[in-house]
Amino acid sequence: MAKKGIVKFDIDKCKGCELCVVVCPKHILKIHEHDVNIMGYHPISVSDEEQCIGCANCAVMCPDGVISVYTE
Amino acid sequence: MKTVFEYTRGMLPVTTGYCPGCTHGIAHRILMEVLIERGTLGETIGVAPIGCSILSHNYLNVDMCESAHGRGPAVAAGIRRALPDKTIFTYQGDGDLASIGAGEIVHAAHRGEKFTTIFVNNAIYGMTGGQMAPTTLIGQKSTTGVDGRKKEVSGMPLRMAELLATIDGAVYVERVALDTPAHVRGAKAAMHRAFEIQEKRLGFSFVEVLSTCPTNWGLPPTAALKWLADNMIPYFPLGILRTPGEVK
Repeated sequence: MAKKGIVKFDIDKCKGCELCVVVCPKHILKIHEHDVNIMGYHPISVSDEEQCIGCANCAVMCPDGVISVYTE
Repeated sequence: MKTVFEYTRGMLPVTTGYCPGCTHGIAHRILMEVLIERGTLGETIGVAPIGCSILSHNYLNVDMCESAHGRGPAVAAGIRRALPDKTIFTYQGDGDLASIGAGEIVHAAHRGEKFTTIFVNNAIYGMTGGQMAPTTLIGQKSTTGVDGRKKEVSGMPLRMAELLATIDGAVYVERVALDTPAHVRGAKAAMHRAFEIQEKRLGFSFVEVLSTCPTNWGLPPTAALKWLADNMIPYFPLGILRTPGEVK
């Protein structure tokens, strides 16, 4: 069974650039449609964390240090 | 719970002033991760350029020195003489290094200065508003070349890594990109090698990092990554251009 990953966001640092969205192999990241953060951007969110494999591709591509990744 | 990735303590806990999707943030982070992994973070002095990364002293958790436009290598050479035991790097953009600072970087390489230069090449002037840089590609639009760069007017884009690889004092020259997670990990490995060569005092080490400028390219950040892969990498091929073994 694949490893279960956990992603955590520091959403007030997110600028909504979507670089993490396009590199996620499971396509489970998306920009939040309604929420805005302290800077006025729509921040990142995860739609189905159960599928996360903890590869950290999203965190590697994040220019703003929003994402932390852990595995169980 | 096992940690796979946490933001490095080499970056100060602030939000950068860079545009959304700017790969300066990635370059800053992997540079700081390399210094922490090598255990030299507290012993490092950086030299900041003129350009978007002029304020990088606000983001990087190392001692920094500002330099006049393009003169980072001259400042770093002075720091090397005053403080011979420190790890020293310059962090320069293409407007800074390839244009006004072309003389300084060539002669720093020529003297075999014992520091590392991180050259962030995004093929345009970012801070000043999208003017044509020496590295702007043929046909690429800029605010000073609204019909795209023309070879007969502005010449061909300058390949700095290839130029410096012809100089004997430059013992390590590599070009990397930041368009995919695999390339970002490769860029980090290249910076490790560059700092290793500096620590052994073998000579000048240079890492060119192909980067994006979504704002001045007029593209969304994700499309800018694709534009980099489709247009920049064919003209600026990735790879190691020179290693210490090739230098007599």
